[in-house]
Amino acid sequence: MTRRIPNYVWMGVAVLGALGFAMVALAHGETVNAVWLVVAAVCTYLIAYRFYGLYIAWTVAGVDPTRPTPAVRYNDGLDYVPTNRYVLFGHHFAAIAGAGPLVGPVLAAQMGYLPGMLWILLGVVAAGAVQDMMVLFLSTRRDGRSLGDIIRQEMGPVAGAIALVGVLLIMIIILAVLALVVVKALAGSPWGTFTVFATMPIALAMGVYTRFLRPGRIGEMSVIGFVLLMAALVFGRTVHTDPALAVLFTFKASQLALILIGYGFVASVLPVWLLLAPRDYLSTFLKIGAIVCLAVGIVVVMPDMKMPAVTRFIDGSGPVFAGGLFPFLFITIACGAVSGFHALISSGTTPKMIENEAQIPLIGYGGMLMESFVAIMALVSAGVIEPGVYFAMNSPAAVIGHDAAHAAQVISSWGFAVTPEMLIQVAKDVGENTILSRAGGAPTLAVGMAQIFANVVGGQAMMGFWYHFAILFEALFILTAVDAGTRACRFMVQDMIGAAVPAFRKTQSWGNNLVGSGIAVGLWGYILYTGVIDPFGGINTLWPLFGIANQMLAGIALILCTVVLFKMKRQRYAWVTIVPTVWLLICTTAAGLDKLVSPVPAIGFIAKARTFGAALDAGQLLGPARTLDQMRQVVVNAWVDAALSAIFVALVLAMLGYGLAAIRKALASDKPTVHEIGGPAEVSHA
Amino acid sequence: MPDPMRGFPPLRHFWARLRQTGRLMCGIPDYDTYVEHCRTHHPDRPVMSYEEFFRERQDSRYGGGKGRISRCC
Repeated sequence: MTRRIPNYVWMGVAVLGALGFAMVALAHGETVNAVWLVVAAVCTYLIAYRFYGLYIAWTVAGVDPTRPTPAVRYNDGLDYVPTNRYVLFGHHFAAIAGAGPLVGPVLAAQMGYLPGMLWILLGVVAAGAVQDMMVLFLSTRRDGRSLGDIIRQEMGPVAGAIALVGVLLIMIIILAVLALVVVKALAGSPWGTFTVFATMPIALAMGVYTRFLRPGRIGEMSVIGFVLLMAALVFGRTVHTDPALAVLFTFKASQLALILIGYGFVASVLPVWLLLAPRDYLSTFLKIGAIVCLAVGIVVVMPDMKMPAVTRFIDGSGPVFAGGLFPFLFITIACGAVSGFHALISSGTTPKMIENEAQIPLIGYGGMLMESFVAIMALVSAGVIEPGVYFAMNSPAAVIGHDAAHAAQVISSWGFAVTPEMLIQVAKDVGENTILSRAGGAPTLAVGMAQIFANVVGGQAMMGFWYHFAILFEALFILTAVDAGTRACRFMVQDMIGAAVPAFRKTQSWGNNLVGSGIAVGLWGYILYTGVIDPFGGINTLWPLFGIANQMLAGIALILCTVVLFKMKRQRYAWVTIVPTVWLLICTTAAGLDKLVSPVPAIGFIAKARTFGAALDAGQLLGPARTLDQMRQVVVNAWVDAALSAIFVALVLAMLGYGLAAIRKALASDKPTVHEIGGPAEVSHA
Repeated sequence: MPDPMRGFPPLRHFWARLRQTGRLMCGIPDYDTYVEHCRTHHPDRPVMSYEEFFRERQDSRYGGGKGRISRCC
């Protein structure tokens, strides 16, 4: 740190942040301007980075600027490259920021914006950013090894195997849930479906372009691709208004799910340069661009928050997801506050490119703060919509019915005044046939973003364009995540089965490719399909499972960080990782057990399975199921979900056991027992 | 790609960093750095052309193997 920022500047930041919080928290009965949320958040981030992030890096972990990083020691110009810290920050941020921070806060907005905002800020400062940075630090000190490898090395082979199972499960649930978000956004929407389908031929053309016509010219390719995408987006309006075209691109959710499953299989089998890579480039730039535009839009438009700070649904009776503030708010917002998946990214390519250990806080802690900011913007986007419209979009049809008049009546009875005309008008503005029960977060976020963007460019006439732009940007990078995730999943499956049948490990073999891809797609496809045909709406059931899985992984990563601090003989600082670990363990096990054994069928999977099973035996139908087949579906889903919840709880508790054993062993030794690679002494003869 | 910032040294530097960031976001590290590295450390070995380098990096990004989860939810 060569340039020190004077203390009075930090005082100013603290005062401004306090003012932001005061405006947000004390405005009873008046609407709060969204800019105050942004001010409070940014000031929190600055102070947390300066006074907590840097403390953890320099004092707790003890980063050593004189110690050569893997990038320096193994510099090969390819994987291991010392990289400028701002360039690497961009890389790391692009890798960690996905759809998660955009969906969770939107769903959590049913409790009002304040609980979500506080958890996003507190969570990221004390848990999420700590995890990301500590794992990045651990991996940088171990040649950039992966999380699974580090756990195996520091906590033993069984703990490593448990972590791998956890990673595979979370991958499957993430893929299913993300695909479900896309399905829910595109069902019955010809405009959206057309533009998303159009991305495929565009990507194929771009793939050929970068492979044969102008090899490696990503910039040119992305510009051409972007222009074509916008053309498809504009033409989408024609598809929406022309009945002959509209019918070609109007699909039911179950059809879209099957299309996506088939697509996921094909995309995973095709060569990467043809479809996956070009779409990856397009979606990465579109994602970063849309996030920047949203930030600028919020500051320029300065919209008022229409959602109350706290709604009556903190009691757990909300329609968007079931369960009370604790633990379900903390499960619903995973990404943006704390995301275990980042532990995989922080032990992936980033540690191989760190120039100097001193840059670990900027990239690890700072990168996560940035993602948290994305979550705050998503919360703002959900909060600037009329609350009545928000609930119409996010409540299952089982609760609000299928027509605007009934929906408006139900939602108004909750105290969120809305008229059927308003609901119909919003649908018309954004170019959809209906906005009722479009759960999954993406359409709600898109309406919020469209309102903000349309205020800057185009006004009401452009609402439809902006709405579908937002849907396109989310769908595009979710589909890229589905492709890349299916591939990663396939390699993991091949690796696991390969332990028993070594020939299955050969990733080049077509037979293995087809079988491995089939298993990977089958696993997430099954969960996706059950979510789609679930009469409860799917998101309602699957999103909490995803949250539990993601935070379970964060718990595992933080247990590892704690163990390593003890093994480094730095246990006097271990509270830094112990505090978030304990909180996450309480949250995940409480949520997992609640989901498992709660006697309320809306929350507990076993209770749901029993209630619906008993009714089924008696030949009765229970709402929202309308046929006996749906009843059977509910029972099967509930048992599958119960099993998954039980597995997550068991995995976390087993990890905790291994963690405690490792800590005891570390305490018994009188010198550090950590397995670091490449200390200063080693490099002299390298 | 042409260099639109020719003639503005500070902006040009910024533009170069921005391009590097954009490419690295897609898993393509800086080619000049790679060439420089090969020239200084392995003068005896052949240096990949940009096209070969691009293909190698593309295959590596999605090629599977350990620690190859390149993105998050």
